[in-house]
Amino acid sequence: MSITNLLENWSDFRQQHPSDDRPHREYKWAMSIDLDACTGCNACSVACYAENNLPVVGKEKFAHGHSHHWIRIERYWDNDGREFADQGAQFLPMLCQHCEAAPCETVCPVGATNHTADGLNSQVYNRCVGSRYCNANCPYKARYFNWYDYPTTDNVWPEPMNQQLNPDVTVRGKGVMEKCTFCVQRLTVAKSDARSEGRSVLDGEVQTACQQVCPTGAISFGNLVDPLAKVGKQWMTQQVELNKDKQAKDTAEEAAKLRGYRILEELRTYPSVMYLEQLRESAI
Amino acid sequence: MGKDIREDIAWAQINKDVLKSLESPRRMYWVILFIAIAMIGVAVGSEIYQYQAGMGVSNKNNSHVWGLYIATFIFWIGMSHSGTLLSAILHLMHADWRKPIYRFAEAMTTFSLMTAGLFVLVHLGRLWMVYYVMPYPNERWVWPNFQSPLVWDMFAIATYLSSSVLFLYVGMIPDLAICRDNIHAGWRKKLYTVMSLGWEGTDRQWRNFRITYLTIACFLIPLAVSVHSIVASDFAMSNMPGWHVTSFPPYFVAGALYSGCAAIITLFIILRYVFKFEEYMTLPIMKKLVRLTFAIAMVWTYLNLIEFASVWYGHDQTAKDQLIFKATGPYAPFFWAMIFFGSILPLMLAFKRFQTHLPILFVVSILLNVGMWLERWMIIAPSFAHGHYPWTWDHDQWPSLVQWGIVFGSFGWFTLLFMVFCKVFPSVSMYEVKEMVYHRSLAMKHKPAVKGEY
Ligand code: SF4
Ligand code: SF4
Repeated sequence: MSITNLLENWSDFRQQHPSDDRPHREYKWAMSIDLDACTGCNACSVACYAENNLPVVGKEKFAHGHSHHWIRIERYWDNDGREFADQGAQFLPMLCQHCEAAPCETVCPVGATNHTADGLNSQVYNRCVGSRYCNANCPYKARYFNWYDYPTTDNVWPEPMNQQLNPDVTVRGKGVMEKCTFCVQRLTVAKSDARSEGRSVLDGEVQTACQQVCPTGAISFGNLVDPLAKVGKQWMTQQVELNKDKQAKDTAEEAAKLRGYRILEELRTYPSVMYLEQLRESAI
Repeated sequence: MGKDIREDIAWAQINKDVLKSLESPRRMYWVILFIAIAMIGVAVGSEIYQYQAGMGVSNKNNSHVWGLYIATFIFWIGMSHSGTLLSAILHLMHADWRKPIYRFAEAMTTFSLMTAGLFVLVHLGRLWMVYYVMPYPNERWVWPNFQSPLVWDMFAIATYLSSSVLFLYVGMIPDLAICRDNIHAGWRKKLYTVMSLGWEGTDRQWRNFRITYLTIACFLIPLAVSVHSIVASDFAMSNMPGWHVTSFPPYFVAGALYSGCAAIITLFIILRYVFKFEEYMTLPIMKKLVRLTFAIAMVWTYLNLIEFASVWYGHDQTAKDQLIFKATGPYAPFFWAMIFFGSILPLMLAFKRFQTHLPILFVVSILLNVGMWLERWMIIAPSFAHGHYPWTWDHDQWPSLVQWGIVFGSFGWFTLLFMVFCKVFPSVSMYEVKEMVYHRSLAMKHKPAVKGEY
């Protein structure tokens, strides 16, 4: 890369905003989460710990907010005059939304967090200096900082748990920021397998760890560019579009039938995760 | 009302008085120095502990990722604006009352920038990788991210620090020559000889000197404004409710000048006492300084109100909730203390009676700075405690002793640098005081009593 190259192709180095004239060519990884199916069992969270070598920090540090659940199950209650037991917990799995216009990317002083051509928000651990500016600017607070050097100072993977560490994923040391990667290690393998056979990754060929374990099948994941992918179909039926900051659910005539939305869309971060509204309460 | 600088003071007397500060300060000097070193000890201990154990010991967490370090960083950067204000702006405006006090204000600029820089380091999770923020040639062609306000910060602070040091140094050259000529041996003689760059006071040297000094002064003013605007951009460019405000840059600059002026008042009183500068740091000067502080305090108050009003009447509900949270939530005592110290307390500076009452001014100026520090703290903490996302709402986040220790020690570090400077370099500008005396005596149709060599 030379300076002239940098200047001529500036827009290639920074993809800030999803736009129709620069569509994702081969892959655009996206997810949809059906809140109606989610039972809050936390299996996804546990699977993520196992897949991505997340340190289990223990009760005390967890209480201090030093945990590393890349996908966390949030609970919300309806307390409009009802007793606790009937308040009807609602669960919301929250993970990095892989925003197309990610506010975390523009502020990182060293460019440790970037947008990949597949539409992922990537994090380069080696490059991170730990200014935590990305976390400050992430509206979803989906980034987790290594406050301690867990692998060496705490017994985060007591015997025999260390036997199940994933060799495809690094173990992060103190002072770096980390977050959900959409299981990028699995995507890389699937992509290279497909490339060696001269084709694109097929729908269902690659699953994220959370998707794989979810007992209710609440999570779907796939390639939005692929017209046959389940995720793409879900986005289509819900009339959710990647580069819109107001979806049909809020505007269209048949809005009552639609359930798809993205969280904090009004901030124009254009997340890649679509949520499907819970039906249970209104069905009663 | 006290006496101003005597018009008939002999030029040799000025030299003698100022040079004396390099020799025999009051015993208070050593007491202050000792306390400062002890404070640094606390900070160094805390930092070593934090470095070894990890940032976690500072009791920040995954939703409250910034804390006292950033608040205090802004505070010190703000403090550094006093020097430029007094030296450069007032220099261009030919306000000659600044002359006896601008030197230490410039030193304050330099040292508070050096303190601010430390907070950037202390704040980083991997401070050993800090050089990644600088653009340096490397075989992988990896550059910093020029979109990030933190990178602008790096450039702004580095430029401001180097130009402030240059400004301080250039302005001191004629005085260094006086020091050189009055000291006969030892390391000081060598130091002053090298640093005075062969100054002899010829007409040509004076002409070049004036032009150089003026050029740097002109360069420094926009720089000072931009430095704090960039620090404000760290916040205004982000999307956190409470930070995403267009008026942040001028608000920060006003706040910076404000805390800088308050700090000058504090140091004025300390120096006047410790180094026996009663003759030069006179009450009429103090009075002008206090009036300046009062005016800036009112500008700051105005900008503060604008910020609240634009949030209140804007249509960003989250930001509005955040403002209400600040004023009524768990941070309310600090918020109202900030309003009181920053906007209400300075009203008393409008009264003539207080404008020259040193003990009261000493206390008030410190309280003003407490208020300004609270302002920075009120920018950081409540935004994290009540952001966009309810999951992160946490109403009792409190920094640990490690953070407090480092913040506490930074005041010691600043004091140490400042006190050592005052002992090694003339902290009152001798040649400019002479100019001032000369002009005044002309104005009063007197001739200067004795003409010195310079
Ligand atoms: S595994 Fe599925 S059902 Fe269980 S919490 Fe996660 S998304 Fe919900
Ligand atoms: S959810 Fe947060 S961390 Fe993920 S891409 Fe968006 S801003 Fe970045």
